[in-house]
Amino acid sequence: MSAHAGSIHHSEAPKGWIRHYIFSLDHKIIGTQYILLGLSAVTIGVILSLIVRLHLVWPNLHIWGFANGIVSPEDYLRVITMHGTLMVFFVLTTVPQSGFGNYFLPIQIGAPDMAFPTINMLSFWTTFLALIVLLASAFVPGGATISGWTSYAPLSAVGEIAGPGLGLGQTLWVVSIALFCGGSLMSAINFLGTTIDLRTKGLSLMRMPLTVWGWFITACLALLAFGVLLAACILLLLDRLAQTSFFIPADLSVSGVVLHHAGGSPLLWQHLFWFFGHPEVYIAILPAMGIISHVLSTFSRKPVFGYKAMVYSLTAIGFLSFTVWGHHMFISGMNPYSALAFSILTLVIGVPSAIKTFNWLGTLWGGRIHFTAAMLFAIGFVSLFVTGGLSGIFLAQPALDLYLHDTSYVIGHFHLIMGVAAIFAMFAASYYWFPKMFGHMMNETLGKIHFWFTFIGVYCIFMPMHYLGYVGEARRYASTESVNYMIALHPVNMFISFSAFVTMSAQLLFYFNFFWSIKHGKPAERNPWHGTTLEWSVSTPVPHDNFAGDYPTVYRGPYEYSVPGAADDFIPQHLAPEQVAKAG
Amino acid sequence: MLSRKSSTGSAVPAILFAIVLLILVASTLYLHIAKTWWFPEAITPVGHQIDQQFFATFVVTGIVFVLAQIALAWLVFRYRDQGRKATFVRGHHGLEVLWTTATLVVFVALGVMAAHAWGEVHFGGPSPDALQIEVTGLQFQWEFRYAGPDGKFGRINVKDIDASVGNPLGLDASDPAGKDDIVVPDLYLPVDRPIELMLRSQDVIHSFFVRELRIKQDCVPGLIIPIHFEVNKTGDYEVTCNQLCGLGHYHMHAIMHAMSEADFEQWEKKQEAQNAQ
Repeated sequence: MSAHAGSIHHSEAPKGWIRHYIFSLDHKIIGTQYILLGLSAVTIGVILSLIVRLHLVWPNLHIWGFANGIVSPEDYLRVITMHGTLMVFFVLTTVPQSGFGNYFLPIQIGAPDMAFPTINMLSFWTTFLALIVLLASAFVPGGATISGWTSYAPLSAVGEIAGPGLGLGQTLWVVSIALFCGGSLMSAINFLGTTIDLRTKGLSLMRMPLTVWGWFITACLALLAFGVLLAACILLLLDRLAQTSFFIPADLSVSGVVLHHAGGSPLLWQHLFWFFGHPEVYIAILPAMGIISHVLSTFSRKPVFGYKAMVYSLTAIGFLSFTVWGHHMFISGMNPYSALAFSILTLVIGVPSAIKTFNWLGTLWGGRIHFTAAMLFAIGFVSLFVTGGLSGIFLAQPALDLYLHDTSYVIGHFHLIMGVAAIFAMFAASYYWFPKMFGHMMNETLGKIHFWFTFIGVYCIFMPMHYLGYVGEARRYASTESVNYMIALHPVNMFISFSAFVTMSAQLLFYFNFFWSIKHGKPAERNPWHGTTLEWSVSTPVPHDNFAGDYPTVYRGPYEYSVPGAADDFIPQHLAPEQVAKAG
Repeated sequence: MLSRKSSTGSAVPAILFAIVLLILVASTLYLHIAKTWWFPEAITPVGHQIDQQFFATFVVTGIVFVLAQIALAWLVFRYRDQGRKATFVRGHHGLEVLWTTATLVVFVALGVMAAHAWGEVHFGGPSPDALQIEVTGLQFQWEFRYAGPDGKFGRINVKDIDASVGNPLGLDASDPAGKDDIVVPDLYLPVDRPIELMLRSQDVIHSFFVRELRIKQDCVPGLIIPIHFEVNKTGDYEVTCNQLCGLGHYHMHAIMHAMSEADFEQWEKKQEAQNAQ
């Protein structure tokens, strides 16, 4: 805890522009780089989902960038694959953890930087390279891959013979994900080392902000999950390039050609992928949970209800997340007896999630709620988390998954609980921390308008998808024209598409607000929200080594709001007991 | 004096939250009760059993959904900043124990209940007199094979696959058991008789799904996966592919014709006669 005796690296900011802004070792710059990388990826990802929604309701619409302006079935699959890959890996995994986590973890624990600044820089540039490789796959002969973000073998393993994009495009997809795993592993080690070793004096584990707990547990998951995905990617590359047969069984005849592979198992890919893939869901949502707890407490002017229960439930979710991957495979042909174990464990992981929801409601209870833009997104998150969580109770039961698996119901479920909920946390984090990051406030009125369009919009997009799932509409269909019961759903799809167009347009408010406020926003005070944690104790802009050599001592827990007997309704963590002003 | 900032103390967001969440709850309840977009009628005993489990889960999650969203709306409205100080409370041990135990019991109970329907589908085998039909998925069509009068499926040799000569499955001509096999692109089956489907794939993973059966099962290359059921209602039902299998995934489609025993026998005879020619 007293790691600052010998400064871990010099506290002078580097002079050159390139060392300062490009190959920076400063966690704040790297965090910002990750956020900008995520913002670029989410922009492309949203445009791709716009193409999906346009194509589903107006299949003959001419769209710029496609051959003859028409989105062919293989183009449609390229678009959904790229959308999923960008969003899951380069947005949901990077921004809440590597973006905001990089920026605020060291400051919240009173450290000058991450434990391994060079590795931190390397993590970012590896991730950046992964993004470039992924985007490049769209421009190679054959185009981007069509095998979905899950890349199930043998479709992803046997090469171009199985369809367009499955040649070089698929290879680049695998390379990109392998690189991404490397970046995430390095980042995870850094987060763990920093949290364990660089906490300032007095900051015991049970005094850490819940954001720090979220990032810490997420780093544990990332370390264990990305290693497995990296191995899976290497095996898949070997199948593709070195004629091995990890995922390809004997006697395959693809497009009339008999393949010379034997002995592999298509289910092995699914086991490895989902052993990563389910913890991945929590890698996206645990930092979000931390951020939401933090914001709800600040703007309810109350301590987080059940802080310890929040820590234990984060830990429980982290542990259980490695035991539930089989619920993605109920209909895969895996041993049906194992489905029962995966089912019960999946329902059990709902318990710590429910505990968190109850405690968020408990935090609001008796509060003095300030409706800032950040708080609106945090409250919206709770509503979405409840809705998206409850549909998970259906999918956790193999008997019901028999019907719902791979229908639009699943799309609605995971977009609410993983996609939109995590994005609401990113919005909350943006509105909340922007003043500390850029020294200016974002416009609150624009932020609130942005919230209401987005909140109502996402419900209008994703709730109807559950109904499409009841009727049985399959996901990943380039057209619903071939199936009679899907044709009848056209009006619902029209409603979803219109809702999507409105909601996406409303995001322009955020872009404008974000970039305009960097220069023109109202100048921010040091502690505009009257927060208690250490990031609000440092000056704005934050000095190069965060605390200008004067590291704080922590005297209390992170959420001391409205403490009886105190003059102010917040007591910062670093304030010595004798400095706390008494009421009256 | 506690200050009241107009931007944070306004009741407008609280009222908006209440309205939006109430509309969400009301519309969700209405659409589930009116069954505006809903499951087709189940046509198998196990399908009805699965529907009962759906119903139980709708009731439990529905109650939690309504209570949680309304509680959220109420808390946000009731505790909006009206100038009074927040209640200082760190938590409540008893409440934590209560809601942890309650959710654990309810969730696990649902899971245990659901195990029965799952067991019906996957644990018990079909009765010995079940009609066996082999289902093969290939890019991008379904092929259904019946054993014919000899009751034996002929050997398949992957090298013999040639759709252009009418042998999409690769039936080995040297195996006499295969001579009378019936291969058709749609599924024909009799009602009120146990059916066993043997699911396989020739190339990549496909997924066999008939809504009215309430059963979906991946067809995995290298594996033969059995599923069994008994249809109680005649009619034509759509078979779709539900696992991404390539660019033609969306049009991989067939019809399941559930026929009376007499109609089915007639259909079978006709096929056999054609084979004999």
